[in-house]
Amino acid sequence: MKIMVAIKRVVDYAVKIRVKPDKTGVETQNVKMSMNPFCEIALEEALRIKESGVASEVVAVSMGPAQCVDTLRTGLAMGADRGIHVEATEALYPLSVAKLLRALVEVEKPGLLILGKQAIDDDCNQTGQMVAGLLNWPQGTFASKALDVLVTLAINDEKMEFNLLMPFGLVKVNWQQHRGIHSELQKICSDSVVLDKEKQALTVDREVDGGLETLCLDLPAVITTDLRLNQPRYATLPNIMKAKSKVIKKFTLKDLNVEIKPDFEVVQVTEPPKRKAGVMVSSVDELIDKLKNEAHVI
Amino acid sequence: ISTLVVGEHEGGKVKPSCLSAVEAAKSLSKDNSISLLLAGSGSSLREAAAIAASRHPSVSQVLVADSDIFTHPLAEPWAKLIHLIQQRGNYSHVVASSGSFGKNILPRVAALLDVSPITDVVEISDSHLFVRPIYAGNALSTVRYNGAGPCLLTVRSTSFPVAPIFDDSKSNEAPISQVDLSTFSEESIGKSRYVKLASQETERPDLGNARVVVTGGRGLKNAENFKMIEKLAEKLGAAVGATRAAVDAGFVPNDLQVGQTGKIVAPELYMAFGVSGAIQHLAGMKDSKVIVAVNKDADAPIFQVADYGLVGDLFEVIPELLEKLPEKK
Repeated sequence: MKIMVAIKRVVDYAVKIRVKPDKTGVETQNVKMSMNPFCEIALEEALRIKESGVASEVVAVSMGPAQCVDTLRTGLAMGADRGIHVEATEALYPLSVAKLLRALVEVEKPGLLILGKQAIDDDCNQTGQMVAGLLNWPQGTFASKALDVLVTLAINDEKMEFNLLMPFGLVKVNWQQHRGIHSELQKICSDSVVLDKEKQALTVDREVDGGLETLCLDLPAVITTDLRLNQPRYATLPNIMKAKSKVIKKFTLKDLNVEIKPDFEVVQVTEPPKRKAGVMVSSVDELIDKLKNEAHVI
Repeated sequence: ISTLVVGEHEGGKVKPSCLSAVEAAKSLSKDNSISLLLAGSGSSLREAAAIAASRHPSVSQVLVADSDIFTHPLAEPWAKLIHLIQQRGNYSHVVASSGSFGKNILPRVAALLDVSPITDVVEISDSHLFVRPIYAGNALSTVRYNGAGPCLLTVRSTSFPVAPIFDDSKSNEAPISQVDLSTFSEESIGKSRYVKLASQETERPDLGNARVVVTGGRGLKNAENFKMIEKLAEKLGAAVGATRAAVDAGFVPNDLQVGQTGKIVAPELYMAFGVSGAIQHLAGMKDSKVIVAVNKDADAPIFQVADYGLVGDLFEVIPELLEKLPEKK
């Protein structure tokens, strides 16, 4: 089975963005660009599924200007087998991206399409759901980690125990009685998206408002990844070298027969209103007094 | 203008976030006919429909899709349902709250209708002009929808607060109509199956709608210490929130995270303890009315958005607060 992953080039998450004075958008010239963090998680998940033996190939796709090739190279250095660059100079919106992805799915025929749940530039959180709708595939959005293992060493040394934070609450486990359990649990943890090759289905845990929801989806399917699904790997130097010889195939919008006709326009981009400067208080008594008699909130 | 509001219900009641979506729909235009869609099965659906029809004056019609297919919020059948109703009713707008339910389903509906959805709307200027935050709320984008198809929106419930309803009296008599599902295509349904929902039972108010939120960050150091935050929340009748750092370190479960990718909150009072104030966190809480920050680092960015800042050790401040705060009414 082949897995396709969509990756987006965005302003690096650590950059403090500046709104352009003419209100047409956000300054992206001479600003550090990186792979969208959610897309890194999507790619990492695809690589892990491949490494577990149920997938044979991971294809990374990026869309936009020529520099997207740099982002694709990063993806190839992480371990993707090949890349696809859909070259476009015009602005691409989720609906267009979803249509381009659908066209690529028809070319590549992957069994699984993984995307980040949102890009940290426009924060849309739409593309995965839209491409799933266009393909009539089931969707598992906001995929997350089912349970988290926490070893609080400071407490452990004394009490010889560690805490397991389950979705249902905290469980204390005696360290010595359960020496092996930690590695076992870590194994379970890394399998939040579980593929069953026989049944052609996958189980996914989703982060929803009320907790964690588990769904079972028939393949082919679309997954979008949330923050806590995994910890993406860094590209090693040998892999960065290797990535240089991997293939990146180029497509144009025309090749894929997708026409871009936006049905909305961005009128202006502005800075959010600033909060008024607050005051510093020097004691708890003063704080309580202010909250009671000035802000009237307690 | 006519609007379809995609509703959610639970335990025989329409969810508060859904009422915010109705509130948002009202601000689209003065004369807007609002149809509220509720789907599912059983008594919860019937009770919620009855309440929605009788107690919410702005709702002009309640549509009920009664089928086991909609018991769980699966995107595939729900998107088909909304698509079907949209085609029959030809609404100018479809609105849902931008919780995990609306975010999951509405873009899929948009794809079926071949339109661009506008998600996470925080302000409605007119029926086709909307403001939504981008870059984790560090910029605001004003967007005009000019498509030929219907305008699909998800709205932040914190930006469209609902006036409380004081009594149980009936103020409205909106008709309730059953959605005819005889032509509902079941193709593609069954490709996804609901397995389970792991949730934490709590008596504390819901994070998204609480009047007071008490949040702990990395400064709490471990899960054991985080209980202090819970105690303080109990005393104030508040919901508990956490930063990404606190969630990643395993102090509390995922669903308590406040921030760009977690919950967006805007309570009357937001108290942050041991929270540094990363932009991703500020994105989730900076619309709170009153912000209190306690941090031992005087340079922590959280103080730049706080109305009241206190530089101090939270391990001393919280116990003192617990002792001196008045009991909640």
